[in-house]
Amino acid sequence: MEEATTPRVEISFDQCKGCELCVIECPKKCLFMSKKINQFGYLVAEYSGKDCTGCGICFYACPEPGTITVYKKIKNKV
Amino acid sequence: MSTTEETKTKSDTISKPAGFVEDFVRKPGKFPKVTHYCPGCGHGRVHKLIAEAMADLEIGDKTILISPVGCTVFAYYYFDCGNLQAAHGRAPAVATGVGRSNPGSITISYQGDGDLGAIGTAEIIHAANRGEDMTVIFVNNGIYGMTGGQMAPTTLEGQVTSTSPYGRDIRDAGHPMRMAEIIATLEAPVFVERVAVSDSKNIMKARKAIRKALQSQKDGHGFSFVEILSACPIGWKMKPTDAVKRVNDEMAKYFPIQNFKDKIAEHQPYPPRVTTPDNKKIIEVLGVNKDVRLFKKDQKFLDNFKDQNIKIAGFGGQGVLLAGTTIGYLGMETGLNVTWLPSYGPEMRGGTANCNVVLSNKEIGSPMVEHPSALIAMNGPSLEEFGPTVKKDGLIIINSSVVKEEYTKRNDVKKIYIPMNEIAESLGVMAAANMAAVTAFIAATKAFELNHLLELIKHNFKKKHLIEQNIAVINKSYQYVNDTYFK
Repeated sequence: MEEATTPRVEISFDQCKGCELCVIECPKKCLFMSKKINQFGYLVAEYSGKDCTGCGICFYACPEPGTITVYKKIKNKV
Repeated sequence: MSTTEETKTKSDTISKPAGFVEDFVRKPGKFPKVTHYCPGCGHGRVHKLIAEAMADLEIGDKTILISPVGCTVFAYYYFDCGNLQAAHGRAPAVATGVGRSNPGSITISYQGDGDLGAIGTAEIIHAANRGEDMTVIFVNNGIYGMTGGQMAPTTLEGQVTSTSPYGRDIRDAGHPMRMAEIIATLEAPVFVERVAVSDSKNIMKARKAIRKALQSQKDGHGFSFVEILSACPIGWKMKPTDAVKRVNDEMAKYFPIQNFKDKIAEHQPYPPRVTTPDNKKIIEVLGVNKDVRLFKKDQKFLDNFKDQNIKIAGFGGQGVLLAGTTIGYLGMETGLNVTWLPSYGPEMRGGTANCNVVLSNKEIGSPMVEHPSALIAMNGPSLEEFGPTVKKDGLIIINSSVVKEEYTKRNDVKKIYIPMNEIAESLGVMAAANMAAVTAFIAATKAFELNHLLELIKHNFKKKHLIEQNIAVINKSYQYVNDTYFK
């Protein structure tokens, strides 16, 4: 469970519609638009892999229900 | 993994709220995980906030969301709650019905600006004024998004849309309507706020407002109104990132983001509504208890009954409709299935009137009588109009007080001439010509017994002082038909 302690964002590749709203809202600028195209033909947003604080702002910025999942920092590791 | 561990893991993630269904199985197509909304659509953000609030307030099981006409017509794909879809603008009217017939439920009227601010203006204002138990989520994007970006009542001055190609001209189209302000002037709404889903700060304010509105409805405070400024990138022909900026830079200038009313704290919760009386009570009030009939059930009579499709026609004021209900009641009180369908003009007297009566011992498919087995023509024009439609070997009863000439157009039907007006007049009740007509029908068809009619009149007639004279008319008419045709 090592990785669960680090805050991170998961963006579903196949559910992203490439609207870029999460990218402009992220306070740490740790999301970016990739060059990868998904099943719909959208260029998807991606997590750079560092600096996420688990604040959840991108989750609320995203108009899709389940595209973004934010893993917050777990303080007391089980 | 133990239960506590699972709960812990869950609370450590921010993910798809439980107010959504797991997979959008009601949505057709191959992508049950994503919405039908365009990229960057404000509806998605609003949906997320509602779904989250529904889960957190634990109201999903008693929430009924009323979908409007607009892109959210498909809201039932997504939310894990009850749903009804209303005609354009009528969501508050439907929510009123849903709320009143399901006390304690949470109703959400989810509407756009074309829906709420244009075609549904009357509904929203009166629902708000009555303080109905509902939370209105009013998504304002200043445009008719679903139909291709036409001008809405909330379109900003000068804004170019497909129906305002030179920009909205306020001399022609009026000023953009500030609905939250209008609603806030009314007495009943307890909470009215305008928010925006334009940036994270505003989304958090919107989240708070939606939760507060739903909580207040849960606590019995009735009507709340949350207007949400929202982007329609496709309708505005903008990139999503520019569209959300426009919400803040242009829309919010005209539509201030603020609270207009919050009297939840000082408001006394409404007591639960009294629901409509139960079926038993309704039957009692209407006096239509199927088990209590005026006449004893006669199975032989019911089994042998031949279907009657009756058309009674004349001019308004002749008692055409009452003649129909009288025959209808005879059917009901003897245990038959009955339909009665009137057709008349707006005037109470002098126009044409007719009614269709169907009597049967089986279920009745249609109340329309296109080819009557019996026609009662109270005047000439009715005979001319409906005479040709009567079934072969059917019956035509003609009011010979009005129709002076013999009816020669049909020789394949039975014709009975009876001077209805003269008979009624001779007994001092001009208005009872219709009873002569009903009697002639019974005398000619023997569908019912004369006694049944007499009993019914005694029992059902509202003007008690006229009962005796009407009975005299019935007796005389019966005798007339019998003497003239069945001797």
